[in-house]
Amino acid sequence: MQPSLAVNNLHARVDTTPILKGVSLSLKPGTIHALMGPNGSGKSTLASVIAGHPGYAVTKGSISLGKKRVTPLTPDERAKLGVFLSFQYPVEVPGLSLEHFMRTAYNNTHPDETLSAIEFHKLFMQKLKELKMPSTFAERSLNEGFSGGEKKKAEILQMAILQPQFAILDETDSGLDIDALKAVARGVMKLQNPNLSILLITHYVRILRYIKPDYVHIMAHGQIVKSGRRELATQVERKGYDWLINPQTKKSKKK
Amino acid sequence: MSDAATLKKFANEEKLAREKPDRVHYLHAAKPGLDPRTVEEISYMKKEPQWMRDIRLRAYQTFRQKHTPTWGGDLSEIDYDRLRYYMRPTDKVASDWKDVPSEIRQTYDRLGIPQAEQKYLTGVMAQYESEAVYHSLQDKMEKLGVIFTDMDTGLRKYPEIVKKYFGTVVPAGDNKFAALNTSVWSGGSFLYVPEGVHVTFPLQAYFRINAQNVGQFERTLIIAEPGSFVHYVEGCTAPQYVSSSLHSAVVEIIVQKGARVRYTTVQNWAKNVYNLVTKRTFVHEEGTMEWVDGNLGSKLTMKYPSVFLLGRKARGDVLSVAFAGDGQHQDAGGKAIHGAPETSSTIISKSISKGTGRTSYRGMVKVPKGMKGCKSNVVCDALLLDPKSRSDTYPTMDIKESDVHIGHEASVGKVGEEQLFYLMSRGLSEQEAMSMVVSGFIEPIAKELPIEYATELNRLIELEMEGSVG
Repeated sequence: MQPSLAVNNLHARVDTTPILKGVSLSLKPGTIHALMGPNGSGKSTLASVIAGHPGYAVTKGSISLGKKRVTPLTPDERAKLGVFLSFQYPVEVPGLSLEHFMRTAYNNTHPDETLSAIEFHKLFMQKLKELKMPSTFAERSLNEGFSGGEKKKAEILQMAILQPQFAILDETDSGLDIDALKAVARGVMKLQNPNLSILLITHYVRILRYIKPDYVHIMAHGQIVKSGRRELATQVERKGYDWLINPQTKKSKKK
Repeated sequence: MSDAATLKKFANEEKLAREKPDRVHYLHAAKPGLDPRTVEEISYMKKEPQWMRDIRLRAYQTFRQKHTPTWGGDLSEIDYDRLRYYMRPTDKVASDWKDVPSEIRQTYDRLGIPQAEQKYLTGVMAQYESEAVYHSLQDKMEKLGVIFTDMDTGLRKYPEIVKKYFGTVVPAGDNKFAALNTSVWSGGSFLYVPEGVHVTFPLQAYFRINAQNVGQFERTLIIAEPGSFVHYVEGCTAPQYVSSSLHSAVVEIIVQKGARVRYTTVQNWAKNVYNLVTKRTFVHEEGTMEWVDGNLGSKLTMKYPSVFLLGRKARGDVLSVAFAGDGQHQDAGGKAIHGAPETSSTIISKSISKGTGRTSYRGMVKVPKGMKGCKSNVVCDALLLDPKSRSDTYPTMDIKESDVHIGHEASVGKVGEEQLFYLMSRGLSEQEAMSMVVSGFIEPIAKELPIEYATELNRLIELEMEGSVG
């Protein structure tokens, strides 16, 4: 059985500002986790730190995969271990074709089953079709001139091609209209398999109707303040975050 | 070739190879320095007509009178008296692959240059393997009336055409280096396309039989008669070994009414070379000129392909890409002179600076009063790879007419941390990520190149990128 990705008491800061203040989380294969919380609670930072963003310094705690220490690895080394981050704001690289980029990425992350340009083209077109994306994506520059929805779809396309084991979807639902949201969610669900674990970062419960999490975590002030099953999300939808973040305030209100 | 280790090996070995002294011997080497006797000797050895000898001698005087430009790059270290101005390699072209010096063959092997091109570089190709190809092309061209040969042969066989056009587009007095070239030129291409003829295949310099290897003072003359079309491709992406540190070419092109010429160059000079080239086209009514220019290598390149739009609705495009590594300066751009109404021009310049490399965009667009309905668009983008890299732009817009559409955009970008992180998060090494950003940046120009040149340009840039990160 493949090991879990474990985040242990993770502390991280950007420049001198601490952002993560002791996050612990374990992603078992085949499980879907939703990570929710108000703006500025550290959700996206957690995603970036797991993927190895060089702009954040881990000051305490660790990320590990079984016995493998992930914390010292570069982003590409993490990708080769099966870590994938769907970006909240995918970066544009003018002139770089999505297909060419993906072939290099695929061959780097699948060293035992590398594909020639022709073989890869087949795979690429097949994935486009599965995700109901137009074939013109093959020739377009990476994210350049993509609409918000197209960018998010392209992220899921990349995930479908690279077949990661740990996928972090950072606000993949933000900025999408309901049709685009459904399409993206459907795409993600197609990829679900017993070896894949997903960490879905979101503000809204609506995506959880399509991607049903096994666990829900609420993050605030750089920590996970509550974890629970799917129902937790429904409670959050009804009651907001405040009762989780500042339970005392709530009590005092009652008085 | 994505394996970083292999790349590193190539880059190191290439560096070693470049540091080796030149061991090629020369049969006819004029003594260093330049005086009228040397100029006469060159002309005499080539058995030229008196009128060409006179042109050379007059140009020599002009060369002596002209000052070395003080703008652009630093030219103060050129010592004209220590240069040699005429050289003929021991064998004009090596007759057999085995005769090619082994150190040159090895370098080419290490660079992974296809053997076909290796043979071209060393001259073997032109005589042997390509002969069949060349002859079938030659037959085709003869039927069409196209003349494609080296400039010396052109002068010998078609003196009346050469006499009519030589020095009309780039006169010797244009600048010091044009004068120098005019007085000591040797080699280059002569291409004549008759009226209405469309040459459907790109004419590559290496199809020229008996082509001399790239010389120091090439002179190229292209005449496209009305309604004709030709695509000329020159240069190669392998490092070019020259024994002298000054390369000063002149290219003159005449595009007659309704004709179209595309001229593609990719050059990669050794890093001690001053590459000072004057390229200019006269474009007549409804004609089109397209310069596509890739500059790598050299210590200093100063090159601004120009279009003089002389007839109504003439059009000129200048696309260029330059890469400057440590200690290099690429001063490049383009010039468009709108000498007739309703003419249009586009100048797109992309430059990359790495390490202490420096790139400059230098361009000029001129629209005199009365030239109504002209359009011009200038885009210059620079990409800096390191904090100490440098890029400047020197755009000159001299617009005296108000009924015109003129656009100018300039941008200076850095390879951002977010871009690298994004690409790396998909499994690309930092080096690969950097190379992909760079090749994406030059893609608008690379896609205009013949595929094999585009591939090699990308591979070369990958090689140049070695050591740029980490």
